[in-house]
Amino acid sequence: MKPYLSIEKLTQRFPDGAGGELTVFEDASFGVEKGEFVVILGHSGCGKSTIMNILAGLAEPTSGAVIMDGTEVKGPSLDRGVVFQNYSLLPWLSTLKNVTFGVKARYPDWSKAKVEGHATEFLAMVGLEGDVIHRKPSQLSGGMRQRVSIARAFANHPKLLLLDEPFGALDALTRGTIQDELLKIWGQMEQTVFMITHDIDEAILLADRILLMTNGPHARVAESVEITIPRPRNRTEIVEHPNYYAIRNHLVQFLGKRSKELSGQPSEPGQTNRPETVRIDKTETPDDPEDKRPALRAVNT
Amino acid sequence: MYRLSVNQRAALLSVVMLVVGLLLWEAAIPAQKAVGELTEYEILTGAGAPKAGVPPPSQVIVKAWEQLSDPFYDAGPNDKGIGIQIGYSIYRVLTGYFLAALVAIPFGFLIGMSQVAYKAFNPFIQVLRPISPLAWMPLALFIIGDSEASAIFVIFICSIWPMLINTAFGVAGVREDWVNVARTHELGPFKTAFTVILPAAAPTIVTGMRISIGIAWLVIVAAEMLVGGTGIGYYVWNEWNNLDLTSVVFSILMIGVVGMMLDAVFGLLQRRVTYVE
Repeated sequence: MKPYLSIEKLTQRFPDGAGGELTVFEDASFGVEKGEFVVILGHSGCGKSTIMNILAGLAEPTSGAVIMDGTEVKGPSLDRGVVFQNYSLLPWLSTLKNVTFGVKARYPDWSKAKVEGHATEFLAMVGLEGDVIHRKPSQLSGGMRQRVSIARAFANHPKLLLLDEPFGALDALTRGTIQDELLKIWGQMEQTVFMITHDIDEAILLADRILLMTNGPHARVAESVEITIPRPRNRTEIVEHPNYYAIRNHLVQFLGKRSKELSGQPSEPGQTNRPETVRIDKTETPDDPEDKRPALRAVNT
Repeated sequence: MYRLSVNQRAALLSVVMLVVGLLLWEAAIPAQKAVGELTEYEILTGAGAPKAGVPPPSQVIVKAWEQLSDPFYDAGPNDKGIGIQIGYSIYRVLTGYFLAALVAIPFGFLIGMSQVAYKAFNPFIQVLRPISPLAWMPLALFIIGDSEASAIFVIFICSIWPMLINTAFGVAGVREDWVNVARTHELGPFKTAFTVILPAAAPTIVTGMRISIGIAWLVIVAAEMLVGGTGIGYYVWNEWNNLDLTSVVFSILMIGVVGMMLDAVFGLLQRRVTYVE
């Protein structure tokens, strides 16, 4: 059975400026289940943002397809909400108006009062209440702007929420608080989320599954790492969990070494290129003989 | 000594400069010789008649008081109040200007949306833009045949370029992210144009409108000197023909004051549409 969101043999090539072609990624295939929080990790230049833009419908792949809920993705849609790295709030509208802008587009028959009520509710969910919601984005801090952007996206109940390095421009402390806000609102909504980041700790805290990309050109999604830490998670407690450092080490190893070793191999015809599923769980039966060998166990699916 | 704010100090300095300037002007104008001091020969050759000269400010102020206390009198084609003359000029400027806005803003919008259109129209705009609007006058008079309409056409043609270029530039420069926000919210082309692109480009568009109204007001004076009949430009030229330099100086000042007010209106509009990123 097909997953809720299925990315099939996605390939992106750009002209390299010297008459040839640059293959950013090739035959990338993976799936995302409904309600899942999937994070994609990789070095810059591996095409993460391009994949994101294709999912959002803002860019066209050279070949391949994206199928969501049984239909092929063509062009942008309200079913796929996007939170951009630079917030993308409209600076001439107040905070509240920025959210109602989205709600009005999604629910054109709602009354003005209903739209405003809905928007206010979602702003409150990310901790923006009272006077603040009538300010212009320029009068808000970077963290608050990104909260508005998150509220705008969640308020529309998209089938898929795309987060493009949403916390990349924030300082570490603010990032922490907003990650908590995001976890909280996600916990209430059962929203399917696909997120780009290059922050390993952020990925572990938020994700159900992390997709690892090799370096470009000819990048591919090499591994899918399950995060075997139970929810609800909390940044101070997850570091105590036995799996935390095992997973973290695996990710660091991949990004530091293997993403380079595995890169630059053009895929062979017939190869599916599905990511290898990796499950690291130290809490499982300790007498498992495999557990005495390296701390990870690779399962091919 | 008590402290004054920056604005108060600047205002004080302005007043001082005005007073000193007026006094210097007043002192620089030689007084007319009294008739009694003239020789018989001078009286016989007509030197006793008042000579035309640059008026001192005191005379201009008297003239201004006289004119502004009854600005709308109408005593025939060559003797109308300053209010009527300025009214005609403003009417011509606004008519030509709004016709230009009606063409330039939608057209600039379309050019700004399409790179091909932008590049295709650019050479024509660049050639037509530097043409002095008065150079169109003979052609306009010949084709339109009516001097009134020709004056309005000249205003139209001079106001159109800054608005057209600024609108196209503003629309072309709207941040990709904002357009993407519109796209991901499935807004149609009209909704995107009005709710995203127009407010995003509004500061640039209004700047163009402000430049245009300034140019239109500069040009109307020259245009009315040419077409004659009514208007502040005609008034200046008529008073020059009458050798009434006091009225000339007064009307020059009025041109400045009206121009400033027109600019202030657009300054206000500009403040309303400006946003901080």
